[in-house]
Amino acid sequence: MSKENLIDKSSINTDDMILNMGPQHPSTHGVLRLKIHTDGEVVSKIEPIIGYLHRCFEKHSENLPYEQIVPFTDRCDYLSSMHMSHAYSIAVEKMMDIEIPERVEYIRVIVSELQRIASHAFFIGVFGLDVGAITPFTWVFRDRERIIDLFETLTGARLLYNYVWPGGVSHDLPEKFITRTIEFLDYFEPQLIEVDELLTTNKIFIERTADIGVLDKDIAINYGVTGPALRASGVDFDLRKNEPYSIYDKLDFDVPVGRGEMGTVGDSWDRYIVRFLEIKESIKIIRQCFKSIPEGDVHAALPKKVRPRKGSTYSRFESSRGELGYYIISDGKNVPTRLKMRSPAFSNLSVLPYLSEGWMISDVITILGSLDIVLGEIDR
Amino acid sequence: MSKKTLTDSISSINESIAYDEETNIFSLKEVGTWLDIATEIKNLNFNYLMCITSIDMENSQLALAYNLHSTETKDSIEFNLFFDKDTEIPSVESLWRTADWHEREAYDMMGIKFINHPDMKRILLPQDWEGYPLRKNYKVADYYHGMYIPKDKTSWE
Repeated sequence: MSKENLIDKSSINTDDMILNMGPQHPSTHGVLRLKIHTDGEVVSKIEPIIGYLHRCFEKHSENLPYEQIVPFTDRCDYLSSMHMSHAYSIAVEKMMDIEIPERVEYIRVIVSELQRIASHAFFIGVFGLDVGAITPFTWVFRDRERIIDLFETLTGARLLYNYVWPGGVSHDLPEKFITRTIEFLDYFEPQLIEVDELLTTNKIFIERTADIGVLDKDIAINYGVTGPALRASGVDFDLRKNEPYSIYDKLDFDVPVGRGEMGTVGDSWDRYIVRFLEIKESIKIIRQCFKSIPEGDVHAALPKKVRPRKGSTYSRFESSRGELGYYIISDGKNVPTRLKMRSPAFSNLSVLPYLSEGWMISDVITILGSLDIVLGEIDR
Repeated sequence: MSKKTLTDSISSINESIAYDEETNIFSLKEVGTWLDIATEIKNLNFNYLMCITSIDMENSQLALAYNLHSTETKDSIEFNLFFDKDTEIPSVESLWRTADWHEREAYDMMGIKFINHPDMKRILLPQDWEGYPLRKNYKVADYYHGMYIPKDKTSWE
């Protein structure tokens, strides 16, 4: 009898193995659970299970006056709180037709872009960590700490600022804030080159990220992927350029898009490099703002009572993760009837099952890391 | 495409589409034809579905707001559906994959059921949750799995 016939092959069970990753797992960036169906080491299907951080933000906001919702928005995306409250303030102002003083607009753009640098720096650190590079993590966290220190002098808080209010900002820039920020930018730009040399062209890093999780641009748009993840797929779509809010139409900056330098357009490496280049653009924007920031009273347009007109509005904002939308319905009272947050990471995560199919489990970590999700914002 | 031709071409898809010039919103009360209308809208280059918002209009009336954008022509439109709370809505998941999770969220939070959705189950809340929290008449349950849910939160602050 030959060797092959000793084993009855029909009795061997080849069912998929189901592997639970999370909710407590360092590579899921929060409390995300992934139900991974694997065939050996290859992923055949992924079911993301979310909702572990659901805090009823939308229900709470139906019982709160407009001005008291701001701290709640901060807590949704805790890595870019400034964007959350900035986007919310824009939405409320759109319903109230408030003219915002120019100084306030400049301050808002400065803090938003600083926040974008902090958020993208965080991404570079943890993405490196996901694929095994530990040094960049410690370096960018040291530098991100300086941005957080700047925000601490500005608002008194390190992560959840409650700084941008409908109609203005909570208070003016403190003394020496501008000189300190310029000092930081002068210090940070050379540091960025070091991180670049360490990570961007690192052989191991390229092997782990290039050609992994290629996202085609039509599929990206169909899934509602926005922000750096969409731009990495080669789509020139940035709300700061396409539908400029605040003073972005006066500022000169470029929108980096993925070009597939190390592999294919829309791979994980492209999603990394787009964010890296965006940091440089943000630095450019902040420097321009400091050159032309006017004097003025930041409280001039603060409304005594926030009572938007009857009706609904959908306002869009480019947060560090993508299109952040607020759909607000008002019936003329000081409490919103319905408030919906269109969170960018929610739609960005929904593409993960499509992207990871057919890749190894270790590549799922790369793909998930490259999407840069924040669970606080997905679950709301 | 100018705004006028755009509104005309959308309004001409179906007679039941109403257009409000002041708010710039299209609305539809006969939701049975929604999938056909959505297909026509998608053919007008609206390739990006930004957001689906579920709304409780009270008096057992619900609504859905679809915000659409075209990355090619840079137009944005809003489309509202109004219906009874027991009406099932055709899913547009086959046209825009974004709708998959957004419709699940609308079901989870507002109890709107969608026809032909591949995976109609709760997304943010546990599968055994009772009731739909974003409805205006939602009452917090007294117990969850035998655990008492405290209502008086004054001692928490």
